[in-house]
Amino acid sequence: MARAQSASLDRKKLFGDPVMITTIVVLITFLTLFILYPLAILLVDSIYSPEGGLTLRFFQESFSKYTFIRAITNTLKVGFLVGILSALVGLLFAYVEVYVKVRTKFMGGLFKVVSMLPVVSPPFVLSLSMIMLFGKAGIITRHLLGIYDNNVYGFWGIAIVQTMTFFPVCYMMFRGLLKNIDPSMEEAARDMGASRWKVFTSVTLPLLLPGIGNAFLVTFIESIADFANPMIIGGSYDTLATTIYLQITGAYDKNGACAMAVVLLCITMIMFLVQKFYLEKKTAATLTGKASRARMLIEDKSVTVPLTVFCSMIALFVVMMYICVPFGALFRTWGRDFTLTTRWFEQVFTRYKGFKAFQDSFILSLIAAPITALLSMIISYLVVKRKFKTKGFIEVVSMLAMAVPGTVLGIGYIRGFAGGVFHSGFMQGIYGTGVILVIVFVVRSLPTGTRSGISALRQIDKSIEESAYDMGANSLKVFTSVTLPLIKDSFLSGLVTAFVRSITAISAIILLVTPSYLLITVQINEFAEKGSYGIACAFATILIAITYGSVLLMNFIIKHFGTSRKVKEVE
Amino acid sequence: MSGTQKKEPKGVRLDHISKIYKNPKTGKDFYAVHDVELDIEPGSFVTLLGPSGCGKTTTLRMIAGFESPDEGEIYLGGEPINELTPNKRDTAMVFQSYALFPHYNVFDNVAYGLKLRGIPKNEIRERVTNILKLVELSDMEQRMTNQLSGGQQQRVALARALVVEPGVLLFDEPLSNLDAKLRVQMRTEIRRIQQTLGITAIYVTHDQSEAMAISDNIILMKGGVIAQMGSPTEMYYHPNSEFVADFIGECNFLPCSVIGREGQDAIAEVYGHPVRVRSETTADGKAEIVLRPEAIEIAEQGQLPCRVELSCFMGSYQNYHVRVGDTLVKIADNCPIGRRIFQVGEEAYISFRSECAHLLEV
Repeated sequence: MARAQSASLDRKKLFGDPVMITTIVVLITFLTLFILYPLAILLVDSIYSPEGGLTLRFFQESFSKYTFIRAITNTLKVGFLVGILSALVGLLFAYVEVYVKVRTKFMGGLFKVVSMLPVVSPPFVLSLSMIMLFGKAGIITRHLLGIYDNNVYGFWGIAIVQTMTFFPVCYMMFRGLLKNIDPSMEEAARDMGASRWKVFTSVTLPLLLPGIGNAFLVTFIESIADFANPMIIGGSYDTLATTIYLQITGAYDKNGACAMAVVLLCITMIMFLVQKFYLEKKTAATLTGKASRARMLIEDKSVTVPLTVFCSMIALFVVMMYICVPFGALFRTWGRDFTLTTRWFEQVFTRYKGFKAFQDSFILSLIAAPITALLSMIISYLVVKRKFKTKGFIEVVSMLAMAVPGTVLGIGYIRGFAGGVFHSGFMQGIYGTGVILVIVFVVRSLPTGTRSGISALRQIDKSIEESAYDMGANSLKVFTSVTLPLIKDSFLSGLVTAFVRSITAISAIILLVTPSYLLITVQINEFAEKGSYGIACAFATILIAITYGSVLLMNFIIKHFGTSRKVKEVE
Repeated sequence: MSGTQKKEPKGVRLDHISKIYKNPKTGKDFYAVHDVELDIEPGSFVTLLGPSGCGKTTTLRMIAGFESPDEGEIYLGGEPINELTPNKRDTAMVFQSYALFPHYNVFDNVAYGLKLRGIPKNEIRERVTNILKLVELSDMEQRMTNQLSGGQQQRVALARALVVEPGVLLFDEPLSNLDAKLRVQMRTEIRRIQQTLGITAIYVTHDQSEAMAISDNIILMKGGVIAQMGSPTEMYYHPNSEFVADFIGECNFLPCSVIGREGQDAIAEVYGHPVRVRSETTADGKAEIVLRPEAIEIAEQGQLPCRVELSCFMGSYQNYHVRVGDTLVKIADNCPIGRRIFQVGEEAYISFRSECAHLLEV
């Protein structure tokens, strides 16, 4: 039995479709050049030196350094704790939303804000407010509690800030899972005499177990890849991401940095593979059922009161942390002089080239966003709807980018493009320009966009596109006349997500940005490190306003011009 | 080309077509369709019938171009089309899920294929209007597809495929999402439209009554190969295997041995009782009598003695299960009113006319 004929026919059909074949070639080139190649060059640089040939020297040197070993243990410790805490808090929030009867509108609003804030804010804003609230000059520690030597820097600082930043992701994941549990399973357990607690431990929890593992690993990866929070609030507590950064910007040890980056990459990659190919499948396998009817919400006060109070406290705490930022920009001297002033906002624009920073960040992100959105929709379309040989490659590589920490990618780009591709000088021209920054933005947002594109497209019956194809439309026509209009909402939100992610990105960018470009996030990081919290907060406030504004704009557009509107009207 | 001119229907020929798939569990290759040889006359209505996994949909999708055959060549109107992509083939498909474009209204859905062909606007309007009249949806042009009932959506899907005047019309289980009553109504409709336009149609279904009602010819498939093909009458009365007999209609199989011949008939012995059976073969020895439930009469006198095990009033017929020797025989006694109704446990006799029975070699 040979499948040679169908393979050759499929190939002929593919080549009979020039748009399709061009798209595939362009995609493969892009993914290879900007994701695989930089990582490959890292690997090469970590085991090869021009003088000594193949060597494990750089790994030996790195592992013999106390600082590096400590950075690894630090990173894993933080990642572990943050993973567990985020999963727990996220689960609690989701449980309250899906299972518990919440009486007040206020709670619902609070939950919504909490799930939204981390999306629109730069990832390290919480570190800033943590220092301003609980640091040595912190409002709460120093002024309310009279503690003068509180140390927020280090392990607990990072752990708390990262948990606050990442638990909403877990919350969203669990919310989806819990909604897929058929209530009649739990009702059956209740009916047979189980207490509420017993139902939770014997039915709900076992069903969720793979999902909890999944949430833990996702957060774990986020935590160990996080650069900016440890940078600002880590103090002397170095993690892998910051150590690698210092290794290349401070010590100029390129091979050493590559070796360290490879170690970090290996950790995230293993976690990612476990998560992707083991836990995600298991989660899907145990929870495929659709809820047959609405769940009877828990009204028992002994359950609802403690849960809602606890969640509200966390939520309020998070909200307070964010509110702290604009106030930080409005007080004359944080912690000492609380007279209101617009001086920091003025300084942003007069002294610190704020206008150029916003312009650069804004324009680069605005260029990157549509490219990312379109690219991820094309990849999703090819992955979900079409059948061709190199599909697996495209899917795996674009998802793989999710597991690559920004710092690692940044180092890879430095090594890969500073001297041109393979140090040949080819494409050297893009290094240090806005082009490479845009490419990094695209690569960093591509996995998220592709993932949401894939899930949006899976909702659409495959035969709708087949029918267009069958009626005589070529691939381009099918994509533009059927696929894209049907996932317009997903495309729009992908556009905004890409924009927001780009304008708030820092980890890879900070390694690649040159003085000719001023980026807001890099500025915030710089001022926060120097302790100029007023300026940092002023920058951050404007940035949050921009991102929040674009999300509002997106929601408005989707509500009034989206495809789902027509469908809803009828229903 | 104007809306009134008819394009000639095209014939379809499958020349030893096979399709190999990989079993995702075992990783082994297997034939989803094996060596299928078919010649479909222009203008005829042919049904690919079979249980799920028999290869009928794969065969249809190979004709449409979504799948490529591993062996053999497909001809449409005498031209080989193996290398053509679906959009370049002169076929139009009606999908199981209708596959209407939810962002277009009825008119734009139907006009989609015509716009792609660059047909002038006024002609598009004329042809779409005509075809919507044919499927009785004239006043629905501006509706969005989700404002239509299932049956109406099905008509739009049909209109959309018909309007491009394809050489062959393909149906992939188009009625399986409709309720039973509408299904019967729609299949009559589809047959009427196909005959009005004189178009070639290939229709996939797992519902044998649908296949019987609608087709000029039925191709019954099993495990990737053709089990039998022929007109509905042939398939019903002259099945070539137990599978065919059982799949098309309900069936009883009485073990027998042929002991002699008499003209067109064979004399067969069933549990020691001789009966006459129509037989084209000259088979000798052990065989099976294929007997339809409605061809059997139950009475106090008859050919074969039996014992009643189930007696159940179904409205249009009395349903019996009787034991003949060791074999369970199902009987549909039509319009039983006024006749003797046998109760469970009673002894009775069954009998049948020789031309209603059919002999199968075993």
